[in-house]
Amino acid sequence: METKNTVLDIENLSVEFHVDGEIAKSVTDVTIKLHEGTTLGLVGETGAGKTTTALAALNLIQCPPGVIKADKIEVCGNDMLHAKQHELEKIRGKDISMIFQDPMTSLNPVFDVGTQIQESILLHEKLSREEAWEKAMQMLELVGIPRERGHEYPHQFSGGMKQRVVIAISLACTPKVLIADEPTTALDVTIQAQVLEMMKELRDKYGTAMIMITHDLGIVAESCDYVAVMYAGRIIEYGTLDEIFNNTRHPYTEGLFNSLPNIHNRVGKLKPIPGMMPDPRSIPEGCAFADRCPYATDECRRTLPETLKVNDDHVVACLRYNEPDFMIERSRKNG
Amino acid sequence: MGEVLLEVKNLQKYFSTPRGMLHAVDNVSFTIEKGKTLGVVGESGCGKTTCGRTILRLTEPTGGQVLFEGKDVSKYKGRELAHLRRDMQIIFQDPFSSLDPRMSVSQIIAEPIKYNKLLHGKEAIDARVLELMDTVGLSRRMVNSYPHELDGGRRQRVGIARALALNPKFIVCDEPVSALDVSIQAQILNLLDELQDSLGLTYMFITHDLAVVNHFADDIAVMYLGQLVEKAPAEELFDNPLHPYTKALLSAIPVPDTHAKNKRIVLKGEITSPINPGEECRFAKRCLYADDCCKGKGPELVEVKPGHFVACHHCGIANQ
Repeated sequence: METKNTVLDIENLSVEFHVDGEIAKSVTDVTIKLHEGTTLGLVGETGAGKTTTALAALNLIQCPPGVIKADKIEVCGNDMLHAKQHELEKIRGKDISMIFQDPMTSLNPVFDVGTQIQESILLHEKLSREEAWEKAMQMLELVGIPRERGHEYPHQFSGGMKQRVVIAISLACTPKVLIADEPTTALDVTIQAQVLEMMKELRDKYGTAMIMITHDLGIVAESCDYVAVMYAGRIIEYGTLDEIFNNTRHPYTEGLFNSLPNIHNRVGKLKPIPGMMPDPRSIPEGCAFADRCPYATDECRRTLPETLKVNDDHVVACLRYNEPDFMIERSRKNG
Repeated sequence: MGEVLLEVKNLQKYFSTPRGMLHAVDNVSFTIEKGKTLGVVGESGCGKTTCGRTILRLTEPTGGQVLFEGKDVSKYKGRELAHLRRDMQIIFQDPFSSLDPRMSVSQIIAEPIKYNKLLHGKEAIDARVLELMDTVGLSRRMVNSYPHELDGGRRQRVGIARALALNPKFIVCDEPVSALDVSIQAQILNLLDELQDSLGLTYMFITHDLAVVNHFADDIAVMYLGQLVEKAPAEELFDNPLHPYTKALLSAIPVPDTHAKNKRIVLKGEITSPINPGEECRFAKRCLYADDCCKGKGPELVEVKPGHFVACHHCGIANQ
């Protein structure tokens, strides 16, 4: 693992938003290391801080009202935290690039799609307009859209095709890091399958490292090497795909698995996680999940859990693992 | 075989567009038994929502019949139609836009009761509203809240309470959980399940998420571009899908299990336009098994096994 290059290095990232005299803690103490060619799945409910973490990596959070604190945010060795605006513009799109959640709104309706891909290439590479257009057309073909359609406008494309155009733009300069924020949530399952398949091919071809933000554990199982589970702004469990899925430790991760309707097992009720995620303006002082957790003790409500090492490939933030015999139900079954 | 509550015969809904007739729902027929759930699946734009809305007469059908408790309701007008609405209700997809932002929770739930004059007097209505809130698991302190103060899961509970207010027999659930997070999604699915048991409701459950219907439905109907391509009991459909589109749809679901490495059928090709479609099979352009035969007259829905209907010329070939 250490032999590969670290392309994204985030240490102790915290993001707060100061609005109307209140402080909303969106992200707290998040550390992520991403190596070349690997994919990290960032999982959690709406409001867990997944997208904010991604935006912070690109230094795209508006300050104020945002306040970013971090020991380090590095993309391919570039310090994103202290870079100037013109330096950032060079890094974004070239070294790190992002696919936004909603393809319908992330394209400009008044330019044809070819021009929108060409724009990114012209900004980052020393090519003439003609050469850049040619490269844009190659990108379009790469994502499975015939080049004849390069002169068409976003409204002439279907949702799946628009998402592929967005992917073509973000991959036009073959970035080292690609952040995909729910790239397929707005798409139908069969189209989703096409897009995921294509992203996998591109990763193998260019060795791009990816962060896949999603709440669909099925997508994670298919396309990620590592998984980070976020809850109320913190990473509460982090490890390899195999460890998280087959050696689950955190009660919240267990709850996520139990909430999923299972295709292979029709019988039995779903076991939802009771309650809601705490408001980011008033996160409790102990473990944020304690109020919804079936295993919580009084101690959990008072003390913030530290990140404990399960093994070399797996960490979990849960107080109960200080007790030598503690086990969640899922690991009892799997063990 | 139980009592049939709803029977749909050759239902059609066409929309006129500048480029021609858009066949949103084309000759769809099915029955739902009392107390059962029919899951309707398909991609966006395949006509599943229009089908549900046409059954409820929220849009007028172009042709065909809808028999509710044996009576043809597709020609109902005025008072008859208003009475019908007491028996048939809908839960909408988006809990963010289907609630009036200027009405409080109690006003939203009380509106259908007042409109249909089911109860008289403020006290009786307020008591019924609180009872409904208990039924759907909304805490009573939210009675005067407005929709923007509630999160998605609670809003959807308000939508369900509103649908239940008239004691309907039949509810169309139009993607009731697709806008919600997984943990909340499970809460709402369990609630709908409990309500079905306790109130004897019949559901038509529209969704694009096959995992959800598998958990929930007794029968599943798969739609493609306005037509029913396959219908079977849920278990049968998952164990033994026959139509090539159903197979692709099932294989496309990402499974949250690292050991499941199922072979995925990735569909290629363009989707046929629903505007003035020809006679041929509408799936032929994306189908792996299509040949000249499929370019001729489109396949009819035939019963290949008891309860298992499929519309494909090549069902034999596709399953070898």
